[in-house]
Amino acid sequence: MATTAEVSARVGEAGRQGKDVRSDLFVRFEPREGSLEIELKSRVSLYYGDNIRAQAKSVLASLGVFSGKLTIVDEGALPFVIGARIEAAVRRTGSGTGKRWLPEAMPRPEHSSKDRLRRSRLYLPGAEPKYFINAGLHHPDAIILDLEDSVHAAEKDSSRILVRNTLRAVDFGSAERMVRINQLPLGYQDLEEIVPEHPDLILIPKVEHPQQVLEVDRKISDLETREGIKQPIWLMPILESALGIENAFAIATASDRVCALTIGLEDYTADLGISRTRTGEETQFARSRVVNAAKAAGLQAIDSVFSDVADLDGLRSWGHQSRAMGFEGMGCIHPSQIQVIHEAYAPSQTEIEKAMKIVAAFEDAKARGLGVVSLGSKMIDPPVVNRAVKLVQRAKQMGLVPAEVTR
Amino acid sequence: MSESVKQQVELLKNAAGREVPTVVNGREQVAYQGVGQHKPSGRKAAPTVCSNADFPKNGDKRVPDLETALRLCGLSDGMTISSHHHLREGDRVALPALQTAAKLGVKDLRWFPSASFPCHSPVIDLMEQGVVHHIEGSMNGPLGDYCSHGRMRGSGVLRSHGGRWQAIQDGEVHIDIAVIAAPTADPFGNANGSHGPSACGSIGFALADSIYADKVIVVTDNLVPFPCVPWQIQGNNVDYVVEVPSIGDPSKIVSGTTQITRSPDRLRIAEMVARFLKVTGIMRNGFSFQAGAGGIALAFVDYLRGYMRQAGVKARFVRGGSTKYLVEMLQEGLTDYILDGQTFDLDAVKSIASDPRHVPTSPFTSYNYHGKGNFASMVDAVILGATEVDVNFNGNVVTHSDGRLLHGIGGWQNCLFSGCTILALPSFRDRIPVIVDEVTTLTGPGELIDVIVTERGIAINPRRQDLLDAVKGSDLPVRPIEEIKQEVEQICGGKPAKPRLTDDPVAVVKWVDGTVLDTIWRTE
Repeated sequence: MATTAEVSARVGEAGRQGKDVRSDLFVRFEPREGSLEIELKSRVSLYYGDNIRAQAKSVLASLGVFSGKLTIVDEGALPFVIGARIEAAVRRTGSGTGKRWLPEAMPRPEHSSKDRLRRSRLYLPGAEPKYFINAGLHHPDAIILDLEDSVHAAEKDSSRILVRNTLRAVDFGSAERMVRINQLPLGYQDLEEIVPEHPDLILIPKVEHPQQVLEVDRKISDLETREGIKQPIWLMPILESALGIENAFAIATASDRVCALTIGLEDYTADLGISRTRTGEETQFARSRVVNAAKAAGLQAIDSVFSDVADLDGLRSWGHQSRAMGFEGMGCIHPSQIQVIHEAYAPSQTEIEKAMKIVAAFEDAKARGLGVVSLGSKMIDPPVVNRAVKLVQRAKQMGLVPAEVTR
Repeated sequence: MSESVKQQVELLKNAAGREVPTVVNGREQVAYQGVGQHKPSGRKAAPTVCSNADFPKNGDKRVPDLETALRLCGLSDGMTISSHHHLREGDRVALPALQTAAKLGVKDLRWFPSASFPCHSPVIDLMEQGVVHHIEGSMNGPLGDYCSHGRMRGSGVLRSHGGRWQAIQDGEVHIDIAVIAAPTADPFGNANGSHGPSACGSIGFALADSIYADKVIVVTDNLVPFPCVPWQIQGNNVDYVVEVPSIGDPSKIVSGTTQITRSPDRLRIAEMVARFLKVTGIMRNGFSFQAGAGGIALAFVDYLRGYMRQAGVKARFVRGGSTKYLVEMLQEGLTDYILDGQTFDLDAVKSIASDPRHVPTSPFTSYNYHGKGNFASMVDAVILGATEVDVNFNGNVVTHSDGRLLHGIGGWQNCLFSGCTILALPSFRDRIPVIVDEVTTLTGPGELIDVIVTERGIAINPRRQDLLDAVKGSDLPVRPIEEIKQEVEQICGGKPAKPRLTDDPVAVVKWVDGTVLDTIWRTE
């Protein structure tokens, strides 16, 4: 398996090849005067050889490249990946100053609302295209195309282009489309590339000060104006250090775009110099702090990830405890975690029934012009009514309330 | 192109619209006529009459080695030698038998294995030397390429497990000498596969060979005094017994434990298949199913048993290919029986040797066209794979979409007769769509294939209105097959180009009744 590297300013390489590589390709571009030469080796050349050559020419033409030698070793990559890798190889030579080649755009889903369901967000490493195409089929509430920790420093530029093409060409179904950018200033380049394809939400890593949020907010606003983007782009700061936790409320209220706060426990426990455990007692304070700050700011609180993919029972009890603390969702690193997480964050049938009775009593009292809501012999306080209304609303979004009883 | 085919290649269009040769390896063929249409008459084939007076009174049929046994069997040019594939990639009997034949100087043999494996690739040398004329049995890997490139002198003939029995029974293939690798045997020739250091479980694939071959040699590395119990192979059919140090490499005969797939897409397919059986009510008390040992099939069994527990439902029987997962179902009481055709892992081998509810079967009981009924059509649901499927639900398992031989048919064709035949497969592999306009090689007619389950949705054959009705109102993603196909083509960047095939036949695909269903053409 060859990894990418800038061999010299004269030659640009991108992508990967090898027996174990799937749905990716390796591209090498050597700028030259004269003619354009394309050398192609592909697992699927019998079926898509001509197609790949034609695409390569069109990508190069968009980039303003009409001569040079392009070598492709294709391991069954889809067109949006092929375009991204060729563009990355060309740009690494410093050529390709023309227009970017963009894959055909999928119809976009409805824009996401600030308080939509965010129980599960599936991490997709930004350098690994093989996981992209089917991610939406597993019905997470969100997918995260990650440009930060899962992407090697040498692959940031190439992954950025790939993630841009992915946002444009891949249908993630009803999942919210999130991108985790790098810390600023590198994150600015990420935003330049991806905001024009309007992701629904940007995760900002390692936030410690409200200023970091404001800077991202401003950059997005500039790009929105430039690109004429109307639909909202939300922010989710990730608090991953002791200092970040201390500043949680200021960070939560730094921008109107912030819709949720979340916490990164691997970095947080490292910052404290302690080990992370399966049950997470050591992070109780930090997680409670995040919940409290988020709620004080009127936002969602979202938990970290559970990193043992094989331990679904551990994940389930983590999820139950997390919901009890006030979190509304968490990250996942494998599709098999999605269903377990959705179940863990769902209210129980008893909770739903009780809440529906309270809501019904409230409606009844309202209709009869009564100031006091009562259920049986008990008087119900307004905060209890509010909580019940919210719970019923969420249960409906989760599809847990049968249609005939929804109002 | 192979010489013997070239001289007499005459093609006609069969009932499925496929061009097939009228003569294969010098024998007149019947073109496919439709499901259940071809019913040959006459009497079944039989081996030569023998007398027990010619055999030792003490029952000891041992000879010193394979060479002696083959010589005593009268091995000569042009004969047919058969073997079974229960030892899979670990087999150390079939190849030595053919190599011994080479040493004896014979030519033009027909090798008739129940399947071949990559460990049999050296047979290519024997074909180059003229010892083996051609192979009739599944070919893949180097043997598949050898045949696909037209280098075999005769034509390949691919049959299902049931079709192999049919061909033996109606005389289409006469076996001169059967060489049967036996994990345990006695000097009389009684043999089983469930015991001994090279245990492989059932050896049912060798049963027809033992009954119908003129001469039968049992080769074992675990000789026990008479009687060898149980005797899946009966010594009364056996001529000679040869003891060898080892019949195979146990680590390649069965896998330690077969593994469930970890691919999220494949898990999703498996889960949908299980849910489909639940929603349609096929999963009910007393039902039956068959699934193989592939990653999707194993995961399916895991999901299904979860649903069965939840619903308090028990199967009457499950059909193997048996694995740890079926054995666990048996032990947990989720099924009354395992009816086993082949045994895939160590847990299953242990179970078949010790649990009377884990029953070895053969292609005769399970699949045979000339039987008075078969088990396959009594199974409620079967879960299979395929390399391609087309919009008319026709399936291909034998070739890659470039026309190269890839897999044998195995029991695949036979299983299509179940109450609900489900193909579980990813909608594309390496950018190559799996749902196509027309399959490269027709292996199973669409009228027998009921459901296609892919990660992008479930397509139900319009002929199965009952299944379409049964899923109404459920949350299963049921979609027209054309729609899934179009979505995949959109993802893959358009329809794939059709690889160019030659018009030289190198092999034929038989249907379960012995008629010719399709032709495999030489690839360049």
